[in-house]
Amino acid sequence: MNLEALIASSFDGLMLGFVYGLMAMGLTLIFGVMKVINLGHGPVIVIGMFAVLVMSQALGINPYLTLPVVAVLGIAFGVVMYFISLHRVINAPELTTLLATFAVNLIITGLMTVIFSTSPRGLDVSLGALQFGAVTILGTRVTAVVIAVIVTAALYFFLYRTRQGKSIRAVANNRNAAELMGIDSTWMLALSFGLGIMLAMISGALLATLFSFTVLSGGGLETKSFVIVVLGGLGNPTGALFGGIIIGLLESITTIFIPVSWVPVLEFVVFVLILLVRPNGIFGAR
Amino acid sequence: MKTLTNAPFWLLLVVIAVVAAAPVALNNVSLREDFFLILMLIILASSTNIIMGYTGYVSFGHIVFFGTGGYIAFFLMQSLQLHFVLAALCGGIAASVMALLIGVPVLRLRGAYFALATIGINEAMRSFVTNFEPFGGSIGMFFNFSVYDAYGGAKNAGQLAYYGIVAVALLTVAASFLIKKSKFGLGLMAIREDQDAAQVLGIDPARLKVLTYTISAFFPALAGAIFFFKNGIIEPGPAFELHRSIEALVMVMLGGYGTVTGPIVGAIVYDRLRSTLITAPPINLGTLTINLSNFHLVIAGVLLLAIVLFVPAGLIGWLRQRFAPVRRYLE
Repeated sequence: MNLEALIASSFDGLMLGFVYGLMAMGLTLIFGVMKVINLGHGPVIVIGMFAVLVMSQALGINPYLTLPVVAVLGIAFGVVMYFISLHRVINAPELTTLLATFAVNLIITGLMTVIFSTSPRGLDVSLGALQFGAVTILGTRVTAVVIAVIVTAALYFFLYRTRQGKSIRAVANNRNAAELMGIDSTWMLALSFGLGIMLAMISGALLATLFSFTVLSGGGLETKSFVIVVLGGLGNPTGALFGGIIIGLLESITTIFIPVSWVPVLEFVVFVLILLVRPNGIFGAR
Repeated sequence: MKTLTNAPFWLLLVVIAVVAAAPVALNNVSLREDFFLILMLIILASSTNIIMGYTGYVSFGHIVFFGTGGYIAFFLMQSLQLHFVLAALCGGIAASVMALLIGVPVLRLRGAYFALATIGINEAMRSFVTNFEPFGGSIGMFFNFSVYDAYGGAKNAGQLAYYGIVAVALLTVAASFLIKKSKFGLGLMAIREDQDAAQVLGIDPARLKVLTYTISAFFPALAGAIFFFKNGIIEPGPAFELHRSIEALVMVMLGGYGTVTGPIVGAIVYDRLRSTLITAPPINLGTLTINLSNFHLVIAGVLLLAIVLFVPAGLIGWLRQRFAPVRRYLE
């Protein structure tokens, strides 16, 4: 192997890692606030992909300009999904919420298959590339990283600097105490579910600018999100970002040393080991 | 074993055996194929229920044992020409040993962490087998037709596979019933309700849970061995399909979590519903034509959501709650 290849693939992995991190952040935020593992995470990412596809192809809008619309749609959809599928069973044991969100997964996947079929799709986005010796940096990837960082910063600003965000954190900490302080916990749960879905949809939209995709792409991305979330600690958004970067780097660097098809084996073995040895993730729960 | 003199226990097994004998008696091959699938789903749902319904540990990746048992049995039949029954037993034992080994560390995890770990184990196993050359890697393995000669040709092998699946289904249901009615089962349900309290009462949760996991791994492995023997081909995708695992959970919930008859009823209802939807003729609404087969996932999802939200005890659980006399006959 040579050093240049290593550097080139590290850059690639690092950039992809930010998008992965954003994707997993949606899952971890929902778990952190309401202890629900959203098994509908994958199909929601796919909705994000197709939202961009439809808006940019049917209406001719630049894919990046559709992102605010995707974000608003995400929050609205998440709040609706919360009230339909989770509100009634929010205090039930894990099994119930796992199955409720899985039911949503089936419904979304089914509807999307009916509407869009399962043929592969792609966005035609090109922003040129920067060349540094052997290292090629694609414009689309840089843009994706910048957007991922902006969204993460905005999320943190919201959670730590606004009244609604602080209320969400209070509800995550202790729902009963928060209610005694006059916080409407139902609305906060719905809003945080909406935020989680919004993050998933934005990450889907960004992934759509990088790779081709199908209606069924969600499954693989969902299991990848689980790996990242566990790596970073369930319920810890910063951990998810670092977990995403680790997985991005792992995926790109290890392919220099071992065949690509062995990478998932490594990923899932690491995943199970971390669950066993440090169930709070490398960075601990927050 | 008081259960062995229990009338509902024998009644349930006799009903399954008589119904399962119908396609053989009628010599109806397409009916036999339908029944084969239903019996296989009963095995998957009932064995998932043994760990999930009795101890409350939701094994999302239970299909890993179906795939492992299938692969090991297939390999033994293909390369060592081992007899089908022997190979299936080897597959079953291997899956149980695997469950024992992974169960010890994994069952320490609680709730959502355990569910995630079982998904991880299934995915790890699937990606490993995809790369494992002795098992044919991503292409998988397929039989030479000469393998079936030892059983009197492919047609007789199909018949043999059917007898096998009936036997395993009866075994699974019997095991599920016996566990539920034993002191062992009582210990499991104590763990389900409150693990810490159970421990205080002198139950060793770690030992009981691992033993249950080991038992519940045995039956899907046998089912996998029989299923892939009948198919004559095994690939990593269909063998370790997470979706099938989650379908088994849906069947358990549909019929009634923690009951013996629930997973059976759930498997039958789910299978009939799915095949009705898939084969339903299109509905014409003026200019709009709705093809129900495309909507089968959506309808399955809506149904699951409705059960989870409104009838969490499932069909059998609801009957048992609603009509007290039923409880004596429907376990």
